[in-house]
Amino acid sequence: MLGRLSFADIPLDVPILVGTFLGVAIAGIAVLGLITYFGKWGYLWKEWLTSVDHKRLAVMYVVVALLALVRGFADAIMMRTQLALAYAGNPGYLPPHHYDQIFSAHGTIMIFFMAMAFMTALFNFVVPLQIGARDVAFPFLNNLSFWMTAVAFALINVSLFIGEFSQCGWLAYPPLSENQFSPGVGVDYYIWAVQISGVGTLLTGVNFFVTIVKMRAPGMTWMKIPVFTWTAFCASVLIMIAFPVLTVAIALLGLDRYFGMHFFTNDGGGNQMLYLSLIWTWGHPEVYILVIPAFGVFSEVVPAFSQKPIFGYATMVYATCAIMVLSFVVWVHHFFTMGAGADVNAFFGIATMIISIPTGVKLFNWLFTMYKGRVEFHATMYWAVGFMITFTIGGMTGVMMAIPAADFVLHNSLFLIAHFHNVIIGGVYFGYICGMNFWFPKVFGFKLNETWGKRAFWCWFVGFYFAFVPLYVLGFEGMTRRLNHYSNPAWHPWLLIAEIGAVMILFGIVCQVTQLYVSIRDMNLAENRDVTGDPWNGRSLEWSTSSPPPPYNFAIVPHVHEFDAFMHDKENGIDTRQAGGPYQPIHMPKNTAAGFLVGAFSFVLGFAAIWYIWWLAAIGLVGVFATVIARSANQDVDYYIPAEEVARIENEHSRKLMAQAAE
Amino acid sequence: MAHDTTLSDAHAEHEHHELPTVFGFWVYLMTDCIIFGSLFAVFAVLRNQYAGGPTGKELFEISGLALETALLLISSITYGFGMIAAHKGQIKSVQMWLAVTFLLGLGFVFLEVREFAHMIADGAGPDRSAFLSAFFTLVSTHGLHVSCGLIWLVVMIIQLSGVSAINERMMNKLTMLSLFWHFLDIVWICVFTYVYLASMI
Repeated sequence: MLGRLSFADIPLDVPILVGTFLGVAIAGIAVLGLITYFGKWGYLWKEWLTSVDHKRLAVMYVVVALLALVRGFADAIMMRTQLALAYAGNPGYLPPHHYDQIFSAHGTIMIFFMAMAFMTALFNFVVPLQIGARDVAFPFLNNLSFWMTAVAFALINVSLFIGEFSQCGWLAYPPLSENQFSPGVGVDYYIWAVQISGVGTLLTGVNFFVTIVKMRAPGMTWMKIPVFTWTAFCASVLIMIAFPVLTVAIALLGLDRYFGMHFFTNDGGGNQMLYLSLIWTWGHPEVYILVIPAFGVFSEVVPAFSQKPIFGYATMVYATCAIMVLSFVVWVHHFFTMGAGADVNAFFGIATMIISIPTGVKLFNWLFTMYKGRVEFHATMYWAVGFMITFTIGGMTGVMMAIPAADFVLHNSLFLIAHFHNVIIGGVYFGYICGMNFWFPKVFGFKLNETWGKRAFWCWFVGFYFAFVPLYVLGFEGMTRRLNHYSNPAWHPWLLIAEIGAVMILFGIVCQVTQLYVSIRDMNLAENRDVTGDPWNGRSLEWSTSSPPPPYNFAIVPHVHEFDAFMHDKENGIDTRQAGGPYQPIHMPKNTAAGFLVGAFSFVLGFAAIWYIWWLAAIGLVGVFATVIARSANQDVDYYIPAEEVARIENEHSRKLMAQAAE
Repeated sequence: MAHDTTLSDAHAEHEHHELPTVFGFWVYLMTDCIIFGSLFAVFAVLRNQYAGGPTGKELFEISGLALETALLLISSITYGFGMIAAHKGQIKSVQMWLAVTFLLGLGFVFLEVREFAHMIADGAGPDRSAFLSAFFTLVSTHGLHVSCGLIWLVVMIIQLSGVSAINERMMNKLTMLSLFWHFLDIVWICVFTYVYLASMI
């Protein structure tokens, strides 16, 4: 009846997990209780969970991303603490099977559910506003994508309390991840979580590709598109090409495990290198999927806080496109040591080094944008400058490892760990947090507290160097990744320093939470409110509408004359908003529960398949199909906002603008 | 819907020009194409890994395959007739052609399942060797797509019986299914030549 699920699978013997479960349960009950107490269930369901509005979906994605950040960071600091303790005679506090689950979960969660969710949030919020559109091309699919991501994240967290998670690292290399060596449910949790979220990501890629190709405001030709939208476009292309390969790789691993096939097994003619090539054909573009939008954020933030147009717009676009293409011809550098031979390694080594050229172009463009600009050192700008320094170092260690001969020394060592955290924290994380600080007033109508933002930055920035520079040293000293215990006395001091860095980063996260709290507390102070909708003297169209934007984004679709469309209009005295109308009724998509239902049934399907509960899996699968068919038959999918309502909302905004001007 | 924003003429904002739906679905099909491309690559890598088991030459029979191929190719033509009828607004005729397409597709899936059942009964199932794993996965991924197409055909036939005229949304759905169905034909031609014929030579 319950497949291989039994009470013995609930890890009551692991005190850390019992404690975590109690914490999560109490917090969960408190949140649910508060929602019930304030009677907000209907509001939450109607206005948020079923919403197809890209702006609301963006906020929900950020919530998922921040939860994933907390979960992923908890894993990280547990690992650092284990290694600070587990020296010589001391075994530390995490036994190997638990420790291995933690490093696997850390990587999986941080990439798929922290970084990808945050990136999708930025796409959702910024892209339609920057191109002057009223929503994305497929609002319902957008909601569906969100739920696929959210339930996959839920599934991965269920593995904490029911069963176990994968112990095979974040990419689950075979043959270790095959049934022969990992007979438990851990790898199956990994497979289903990654596959379900992968569907969501693929649909996001298609959605934003079509949105950017088809729905730009009149006059916005390709070379007038804001840089962030360009980067979202390139990342969408990468998603559409790379994610199907991931789906295939993980599906074949699943077929090996579920049906005893022989794609990657030791026997029957399986080939593990095939898995490596497939997973890295996705995996390398994936890191560019994450970092290219971060480059886009800096390309918006640096001009805004330097009060200058971006230096070298065209080169920025070409560099982004060059990185997009090159990212597909470098995947072998992830396994130089695995016998591809000198010629192949040389090709991929050189291809990898070439990527540093367009990346360097971007870096100089940002620097020249700041040069002779009126640079304002706002908290947002701290993240940008911190990124430039940190990412450059990370990029250079990357080029070092692109030399195959050097890679034979550094492969699988902590040097590698230091390198990719150097680019992912210094590039992706700094970029997304920078973007969050930048666009927050647009989302909610009030600014984030700057003092706490700067404190968060300094903790992260300094903490990063304390946490990861020792790992470079340890890599040179021969310490490999994924060690649970060691006895080399030379390593111990460095791992203690890294632990100090992890604690500093913890303070950074505490500062960020405090920043949110303080900002919400002070949201009504005059200096924090964003009445104009343009708090930073912005350059692109998202700043031309009110903060937060109305459901329809633009009462009258703006006409684009020039790159930096809004700045052009401001300088030439053109009213982008066309306040006063006349307004037309606006056609809008209706909210729908279908995305939520497909997500819920996918969760049921995944959970049941993990535990071999086949009748339940069948219910999940039929549920997914039935919901999609019912949605297809639904004729009542849209409505009009009447012109009078548009006029009322727009006049209200104009009134507030005038009231502020009069003060 | 929100696609109206591409229009420069505010007056035209009530009308539905150039829904991005069909374009979006075509883009989605290209991602599906990459799934098939990856599976073909996997098959190319593993096609000689027999692990002592049967080879393609021993397993495949050309006669059944010819019939399968004929059914699927003809079903593309009948779907085309359905689209012609749809453009003329002849709902009954559309339904009839979709039904014919459905039967041909069903015949294809039936023959494929029968072939698989024979192979598995002969001890040549997907767990026998890496070659057979790759073979079953590639061919049944195509078969699963065709089966989804069959469900979609039924849904369309039922949805068409409730309408008096084919509106834009319905026409889009028919066009997308058309793209999907022809796409599966193209994939099948690759499967037929690269998997079956190339193994039999």
